[in-house]
Amino acid sequence: MKLVPLEIDGQAIEVPEGSTILDAARELGVDTPTLCWASTLTPVNVCRVCVVELEGARTLVPSCARQVEPGMKVLTDSERVRTSRKVVLELLSSSVDTSTAPTLRAFAARYGATPGRFGPVAPPAGLNERDAARAGHHHSSDGACAESVHQPRKVDNQLYIRDYGKCITCYKCVEACGTDAQNTFAIAVAGRGFEARISTEYNVPLPDSACVYCGNCINVCPTGALMFKSEADLRDAGNWREADQTTTRTICPYCGVGCTLELTVQDNRIVRVMSPPEVSVTQGNLCVKGRFGVTYVHGNEPAGE
Amino acid sequence: MDIHPISTPPTPDEVEAVASVVGPAGPLVGPEGLPATEARRHLLLPVLHALQARVGWISPGGLGEACRRLHVPPAEAYGVASFYALFSTTPRPPRVVHVCDDVVCAARGAGAVCAALETKLGPAGSGEGATWLRSPCLGLCEAPVAAMVTVAGKAPEEASWSVRGSAEEAAAELAAVVGGASAPAREEARVRQPREGLRLLRRVGVVDPTSLDAYRATGGYRALERALQMGNDAVIAEVTASRLMGRGGAAFPTGRKWAAVASQPARPHWLVCNADESEPGTFKDRVLMEGDPFALVESLTIAGLATGCELGIVYLRAEYPLAHARVQGAIDAARAAGLLGANVAGSGRAFDLEIRRGAGAYICGEETALFASIEGFRGEPRSKPPFPVEVGVFGKPTLINNVETMMNVPAIVLGGGAAFSEVGTAGSTGTRLFCLSGHVRLPGIYEVPFGTSLRALIDLAGGVPEGRSLRAVLLGGAAGTFVGPEELDVPLTFEDTRRIGATLGSGVVVCFDDTTAMMPVLQRIASFFRDESCGQCVPCRVGTVRQEELLARLANRRPHGGLPAEQEMYRELSQCMRDASICGLGQTASSAVESGLKRFAGLWEGA
Ligand SMILES: Cc1cc2nc3c(=O)[nH]c(=O)nc-3n(C[C@H](O)[C@H](O)[C@H](O)COP(=O)(O)O)c2cc1C
Ligand code: SF4
Ligand code: SF4
Ligand code: SF4
Ligand code: FES
Ligand code: FES
Repeated sequence: MKLVPLEIDGQAIEVPEGSTILDAARELGVDTPTLCWASTLTPVNVCRVCVVELEGARTLVPSCARQVEPGMKVLTDSERVRTSRKVVLELLSSSVDTSTAPTLRAFAARYGATPGRFGPVAPPAGLNERDAARAGHHHSSDGACAESVHQPRKVDNQLYIRDYGKCITCYKCVEACGTDAQNTFAIAVAGRGFEARISTEYNVPLPDSACVYCGNCINVCPTGALMFKSEADLRDAGNWREADQTTTRTICPYCGVGCTLELTVQDNRIVRVMSPPEVSVTQGNLCVKGRFGVTYVHGNEPAGE
Repeated sequence: MDIHPISTPPTPDEVEAVASVVGPAGPLVGPEGLPATEARRHLLLPVLHALQARVGWISPGGLGEACRRLHVPPAEAYGVASFYALFSTTPRPPRVVHVCDDVVCAARGAGAVCAALETKLGPAGSGEGATWLRSPCLGLCEAPVAAMVTVAGKAPEEASWSVRGSAEEAAAELAAVVGGASAPAREEARVRQPREGLRLLRRVGVVDPTSLDAYRATGGYRALERALQMGNDAVIAEVTASRLMGRGGAAFPTGRKWAAVASQPARPHWLVCNADESEPGTFKDRVLMEGDPFALVESLTIAGLATGCELGIVYLRAEYPLAHARVQGAIDAARAAGLLGANVAGSGRAFDLEIRRGAGAYICGEETALFASIEGFRGEPRSKPPFPVEVGVFGKPTLINNVETMMNVPAIVLGGGAAFSEVGTAGSTGTRLFCLSGHVRLPGIYEVPFGTSLRALIDLAGGVPEGRSLRAVLLGGAAGTFVGPEELDVPLTFEDTRRIGATLGSGVVVCFDDTTAMMPVLQRIASFFRDESCGQCVPCRVGTVRQEELLARLANRRPHGGLPAEQEMYRELSQCMRDASICGLGQTASSAVESGLKRFAGLWEGA
């Protein structure tokens, strides 16, 4: 394999051709924040939290998607990089409910983001109000509050909820539902601009859509916008106690593929089923049976009750 | 991939509308030469147009039929339909009048016109059988206030025109068209400067744009003949020698692009002509297409043959119905005369052209977004590299140039690149079209050699009206910058404008006189970018909202945490948008606003 020499923060390194700057930075132990990137998904490079300064480039470049070239000189912690990362995190934190997005919050703290500088967060939209937006039209606000995507969650099935007030529009769920994993295409990005949103066709409820409840979108969602209903219910009840939880890896009992399940158990009940992306059998993907069908161990009740 | 169908059945009208694009039934074959893998998906945009034009909105039944015929998942098709401003995914009356309230029209009274119309008809979007909507720039800025009517039905209609008279009279005229009257006829684009020395505009207004014979009688198709004699390499060498730079905004050397595409081993090569012209204040490409459409067709034919393309696509904004008709007419006539098709002008070589229409999205003028739009996806740009010359539309090497860029080609082929480069300056060769609008006596399109001063250009357009003085010029469009009266001696070249921190952009020159309140101008620009952001990346998607909010606070004199805090916030915000956005839209969305806030004293304090 051909190796490509480059320099990151003054340190020389060689990485295989086709690697990204992010790969090279990680190789050197440089901790680079990412939100829309995942090892199992095609890079969409939309969140821009991973940007780095590349000598000779007019703008910053997304390290998660930009492939290395010989002789590149990259800065990962310059003033320009820090400012852009900070502002990106401020823009997200001021417009999205990050209460179940610990990674994002940690990044925001690391870069000293002060989302409050845009003013108090605007009151939430009504249910489905943001879904009715028309492309190219909006009501201009008076700037007193910072507009946000806050809105009531969509609860239209017993298995998982969609809380788009927490959505950072990272496209991960769309990719997981589409060509990167599931090939179901139940959800896509609709609308545009600040009114861009994840949606089924005409915002129909999930049971009327193509969704097969594989939950692969939940597995990749970085913000908790997509969440097991069992988890959401426990959180609502103030009874989601991470300290009292255990995670157990096991193999799905249903078929011969042998997908790895990662069960979160609280009070002797399975409250969430994830699948580790690093396991090569399934790369984090499951089907409805492994994802939502293992709670039969509790008898008849749905998970979490 | 299994398509989960939409359960609502289509109406017979919708079935017919979809079939009008896809064909009656059975297996689909795209227009000749389109790659089999994209055989269906790329028809999504034309199909959505057909549905919108037939029933006035994209209903679930209609979209379901489109998905069934094209094999597109409904959620994705909905994502595409809901991306474009001219498509409605909720019921909309068949008759819609779009009224421009963008920067130029606003400076010339669009606000009062819309207010009067609102009093007459109720707020935008209301009404049963017909309605009106506000619109971004319709590209008729030389004659504000601009309007466009679209009527859905079996025989759909669309027309744009200039509304005249006082706010009351204008509103009455608009209300009449909403009520069913035909749109008043629009004047042909005129050249208002002396004709000698004109190159790009030499036929505009004097040669019948619908007649191939008239075109040929004025030198048309001699360049193609000459190009065929010269051979591809020689044509590309002349374009390179001309040092022609792209006129679409990015000012990239055209010859380098052509050479790069020609040398790509992958096949097919695609030619794309960028006729999306949606930068507020820009109307030059429209004038060229309306006034000299055969010259565009000839230019594209030369470009396509020289770079090894057999098919070209003209991506034309939907707000240009007359340009559409004219260019389509020229393509049809050229094909009938053997100047397009399997054997271009008897050369034994094939080249043909097809028009694809946008649907109300400024971002689709960005080249990679434009490709996505043609392919039937959302008009979202992607990062470069790879560049279009390697990976363009349908993933193939693509030559993409602006209309005006292309229209320089015949003169280069006939006169040689060296002669072409004698006009203008060393870094900016040839002539350039400028779109003069706003507070000038003779708004319109002007062609001058590069290096002409901004002052001379404004004088050519008659200067600001009697008794008033110039406050500022918006140079380069909404993505450009404000230039003050003290900077009018700047020579209009790529290099000189760069020196003063400005840009020529798409040739926009909007003049504002001393009576103009500048804050509303900045607010309209901020609002435009917010509306037109594709929404992909955070700096632009949220940053354009924060920018608009800031201006509203300044206008209301209610800054958060004091002015210095706001100034620091905006400095960082605009830096992030410029540095970390994916594409030119986000990267320049703060450019004009930032320059305006800097230039106009007191705006930070709400003056
Ligand atoms: C937001 C945005 C909008 C654009 N709109 C147009 C357009 O309407 N017409 C155009 O020719 N170029 C437009 N461009 C520039 C194109 O991306 C591209 O550079 C151009 O078509 C190349 O042609 P040229 O080299 O002949 O200028 C736009 C760029 C951006 C970032
Ligand atoms: S659960 Fe599976 S099928 Fe349903 S939306 Fe998520 S990824 Fe798509
Ligand atoms: S729902 Fe989650 S995965 Fe999907 S776009 Fe929003 S934040 Fe990303
Ligand atoms: S900069 Fe704006 S328009 Fe460009 S990709 Fe990002 S969100 Fe879309
Ligand atoms: S992680 Fe690179 S852009 Fe989102
Ligand atoms: S047509 Fe109204 S601003 Fe251009």
